[in-house]
Amino acid sequence: MRLYAITIYLFLYLPIAIIVMFSFNAGRHASDFTGFSIKWYGKVLANPFAMEALATSLMVAFITAVCASVFGTMAALGLQRISGRLRAIFDAVIYIAIMIPGIVIGIATLITLVTVFNFINPALVTIWPVWLGEPPKLNMGYVSLIAAHTMFTMALVIVIVRTRISGMDRTLIEASSDLYASPWRTFWQITFPQIFPAILAGFLLSFTFSFDDFIIAFFVAGSQTTLPIYVFSSIRRGVTPEINAIGTMILTFTLTLLISAQFLLRRRDKSVNLKPQ
Amino acid sequence: MAISQQSVQRILLLPATLWLLVMLILPLIVVVIFSFGERGAAGGYVPGFTLEQYANLPARLTAFKNTLLLAPAGTLASLLIAYPLAYYLAVKVNPKLRTVLLVMIIVPFWTSILIRTYAWIYILGGQGLPRLLDFIGIEGIRLINTPTAVLVGIIYGYLPLMVFPIYVSLEKLDKRLLEASQDLGASPFKTFCNVTLPLSLPGVATGCMLVFILLMGEFLIPALLGGGKVFFIGNALVDLFLQSRNWAYGSAVAATLVVIMLITVSIYMKLILRHAKQRQDISVL
Repeated sequence: MRLYAITIYLFLYLPIAIIVMFSFNAGRHASDFTGFSIKWYGKVLANPFAMEALATSLMVAFITAVCASVFGTMAALGLQRISGRLRAIFDAVIYIAIMIPGIVIGIATLITLVTVFNFINPALVTIWPVWLGEPPKLNMGYVSLIAAHTMFTMALVIVIVRTRISGMDRTLIEASSDLYASPWRTFWQITFPQIFPAILAGFLLSFTFSFDDFIIAFFVAGSQTTLPIYVFSSIRRGVTPEINAIGTMILTFTLTLLISAQFLLRRRDKSVNLKPQ
Repeated sequence: MAISQQSVQRILLLPATLWLLVMLILPLIVVVIFSFGERGAAGGYVPGFTLEQYANLPARLTAFKNTLLLAPAGTLASLLIAYPLAYYLAVKVNPKLRTVLLVMIIVPFWTSILIRTYAWIYILGGQGLPRLLDFIGIEGIRLINTPTAVLVGIIYGYLPLMVFPIYVSLEKLDKRLLEASQDLGASPFKTFCNVTLPLSLPGVATGCMLVFILLMGEFLIPALLGGGKVFFIGNALVDLFLQSRNWAYGSAVAATLVVIMLITVSIYMKLILRHAKQRQDISVL
């Protein structure tokens, strides 16, 4: 039984280990390990296309994570006291957002936005005041990508934060209002510190999702290239040690974020700050 | 001046509501509308009301067949591999080690599926496993770009998602039931078949549903490990929207995919509800 478990863990981690190992291979070929070298990392860092894709991915992931955690937390708080029909509808929509395959979200967003832009762009040309110069042309790109990623990750944040809220100690909130604290003050001094680990975990998961996502970006990124899109098209052109180096960097980066998120979600944060400020 | 509770509620829910309406509900409606339309001369979409696109679905039969064959096969294979591991983690392993082992299962699932699948190009490619097999005397095995390669990629990618729900259902299982069964003289095998397995079925159903649903929309694994020979509905969709720009037909394919998924989910819900009811009946007795 234990042997079986070890085999499965090897199965899960060996492929990752192989990528990491060959990213330090001095030789070009996957067939043999000819010596230790970090030259592929140097090559990646000197590759302007990879670096630009990395910058795009980081920016999109960061803005997505900020929007998702702010709006997701707001919605989770708002849903707290809502019940009945509206609540059921909201739950169903969140469920749909999480369950619908990424590829369907990608194509649906693509055709919808392109159609909407095709309506808006000519209209903009006619109503745009001449003294403002060229009218802007709406196109698929950063904004559509961030909007699509935020939609999915926001649903994720709502679920995570709501779980935390339902496990929260209500007596403290009641005590706070009994002591004549304003709802605003109660929120910042009682509620927020308690749900903060969940928000941060939601932020990190959203960042990771957006940073790793390939399929939605493939459809809605327009002319922008994110790191996963860059890696995918490089693989199409052939397996190179450079991809191993990029892969190792991505894995290290996301693993760091994930372990922080796991840590935050598991930590039982009972240390509510009750000291007067 | 105090703002009323209700308006606070409204303000809190406003951004999420708008976002979900514009970026989820509207696009899904657009897909359904487009699926009844026609293809424009230069691609794209021309409004209309025709069932032509749906009638044409058999043109992509291979993609549907591959998906509906390999998705259940992948789900079943993941289940068979995941169950013993979940059992080990829930029943046998030292509780101190358990948390670490559980995190180690879920972490790969959250890291880049692209990179993890890419690793298998290495392993299954000509310089990897086939060369090793060659070395020990088994020659002429081709792995990459075959259904087997896609299946291995699927199991590798989705195993964590299967382990978790099964683990949760096994962990909740009342250990006294196992002792009772043993005390009444049942063999370990009989105890497993009559007590453990039936009580873990909800976890099995949840795991199977999650994996199956995600597999239905899979694109990367067949694209990277199937080499254009083994393609799924997802690959057909990429082709229809990004290469041939046949939006109306592509929308019909996407809508069909979602309908198949919805049917799966409703079957699952029925099974789970019936199971829950049965358990209630037992507890009443």
